[in-house]
Amino acid sequence: MAQEASTTSIVTFLTRLGDDQLVLGHRLSEWCGHAPTLEEDLALANMGLDLIGQARALYTWAGELEGEGRGEDDFAHLRREVDYQNLLLVERPNGDFAHTILKQFYFTAFMTPFWQETSNSSDEALAAIAAKAVKESTYHLRHSAEWVIRLGDGTAESANRMKRAVDDLHPYTDEMFQSDALTKQLAEAGVAPEPATIKDQWQATVTEIFDAANLAIPEIAWPQLGGRQGEHTEDMGHLLAELQFMQRAYPGLQW
Amino acid sequence: MYSQGLIGADGTTDEDEAFLERFQTRIDAEQKIEPNDAMPEGYRRTLIRQISQHAHSEIVGMLPEGNWISRAPTLRRKAALLAKVQDEGGHGLYLYAAAETLGISREEMTEQLLTGAAKYSSIFNYPTPTWADIGAIGWLVDGAAIMNQIPLCRCSFGPYARAMIRICKEESFHQRQGYEIMLTLCRGTPEQKQLAQDSLDRWWWPSLMMFGPHDSDSTHSDQSMAWKIKRFSNDELRQKFIDSTVPQADFLGIKMPDPDLKWNEKRGSYDHGPIDWDEFWRVVKGGGKCSKDRICDRQKAWDDGAWVREAALAYADKVRARQATAAPTPVAAE
Amino acid sequence: MTEARTPLWEVFIRPRNGLSHKHVGSVHAADATMALQAARDVYTRRGEGLSVWVVPSAEITASDPADKDALFEPTASKIYRHPTFYEVPDEVENM
Repeated sequence: MAQEASTTSIVTFLTRLGDDQLVLGHRLSEWCGHAPTLEEDLALANMGLDLIGQARALYTWAGELEGEGRGEDDFAHLRREVDYQNLLLVERPNGDFAHTILKQFYFTAFMTPFWQETSNSSDEALAAIAAKAVKESTYHLRHSAEWVIRLGDGTAESANRMKRAVDDLHPYTDEMFQSDALTKQLAEAGVAPEPATIKDQWQATVTEIFDAANLAIPEIAWPQLGGRQGEHTEDMGHLLAELQFMQRAYPGLQW
Repeated sequence: MYSQGLIGADGTTDEDEAFLERFQTRIDAEQKIEPNDAMPEGYRRTLIRQISQHAHSEIVGMLPEGNWISRAPTLRRKAALLAKVQDEGGHGLYLYAAAETLGISREEMTEQLLTGAAKYSSIFNYPTPTWADIGAIGWLVDGAAIMNQIPLCRCSFGPYARAMIRICKEESFHQRQGYEIMLTLCRGTPEQKQLAQDSLDRWWWPSLMMFGPHDSDSTHSDQSMAWKIKRFSNDELRQKFIDSTVPQADFLGIKMPDPDLKWNEKRGSYDHGPIDWDEFWRVVKGGGKCSKDRICDRQKAWDDGAWVREAALAYADKVRARQATAAPTPVAAE
Repeated sequence: MTEARTPLWEVFIRPRNGLSHKHVGSVHAADATMALQAARDVYTRRGEGLSVWVVPSAEITASDPADKDALFEPTASKIYRHPTFYEVPDEVENM
């Protein structure tokens, strides 16, 4: 019989998910005005807007469930670094276009099936958020996969850059599939699937696209973990310094 | 809009009088000129310059506002600003597309921008040191742009007019967003209101300069007007802008930095102080705080993106080659 | 700058069923798949249920406006095809 997940657990989970979308959306928005083509400026901004929109919905619902008066901006702008639980993958700096688009591919190859499953969540609000997000994520996956192929199988330079991006980012992908007491509780309550159950599908997607892109899937010697526990890379501090600047410099005001 | 003050029409032409008269008759009858229509060389050249410089302005305009996306104070503001800057990229794209119908490529136009052969509206050579500037830009700079964009929807060249109609439809939230930011600041703490006032102090005169030199100093405007590429004079639009914006500032409770700004009952318009045209030309010629930075940023985006564009083309070539050498399907044996 | 040119594609959109595709502008892309995505990203901003066509600009054949008379003259001379030929009383609306 399905156990009910505690409110605290669901709120923590929603925050974690919101952090993933916000941090990646923030990173994507850094490209605006600097992309390789105008068309790509618009595409990256579209993806950024989708992710920021998802973050807002998740934080808002988390705040309502929690019932302590916190809104989306309290979650986004007023927590200490150790309280953000996003994947390390999404806080990695943009790097070159190969890094950015590979990161997008890795993440959305996970999020698309994840959102698909979560559309059946026992938490109705989360199910609705997921139903909208899966459409957006499907498009992000298609767009980023097409680029991975073109860059992997383009010129010698683009192939080299993609290989470097794979070497740099692949060690961060394991964290997406980590289970803990929280994910176990939520899976039993039918709120969200265990991330580990997504791994096979993710692996299949990556294999298919990497084959077409002439890219090899590396072994991960040392998986990079810790984001879910609030133990971030050095880049997170700088990201938050920018993200939180106005709210910290001018506390408690309306904008 | 960003084309308003930039250039006048190029009237030099090889065509004969009869041709020019026939063309002018079409213009006078408010007929639209489409890309394959016969047109004076001067008309074509003028349009290429005007449309491409308008496009460059939209693209460069992404940078001063883009400066605040990562530091927007709330998620709502962040999303709205990202959407606005994305819109500007889109507007640039529509305009490049319109210019390309006249026989110039996007790559050529980009080169003209980066070498300085083509100009962009020098308003974007000013910095955005505070969040309030995002409000001021939406309110004043977009406000000024809208003044010109609406008449351009009736410009004689079809693709440009249609691009402008599309742009105007999307523009509606830009100015409102900026004004709402200013309103929130002016209703906030004294410190926030001071941010808004400081921003108005820095952006007011440059916004007036966006409309270009006084009509008396504006060369070649006549031909542009005759060909219906330009629909109103610089001073006409500038006055219209001042008259609608001053009451908006009054509502906010902040003041334009012009002691000579005064309602003139007889004219039914606001009188204003002298514009510092030395400042205008200094910035146009490259002396603005961000003049060099803007071009550097666009050059870097172009250079950094070269390998990406090349890879996409290389992949497309490979796919075509593979399809060409693919074995044909065998015909079934009798 | 001697960079090779990314091809130009013309974009046609049908906003909903029952209407025909309308030319909305152009995009640059190296191939058809990316052209279609670019068209969606630029001209529909994630609308659903749209039909988007992209055509390489170089593949479009256009009539020469100077030939207008020759191409269109036959129909222009048959004035009874124009509704203004028939006089409809003012009281009859919507015609």
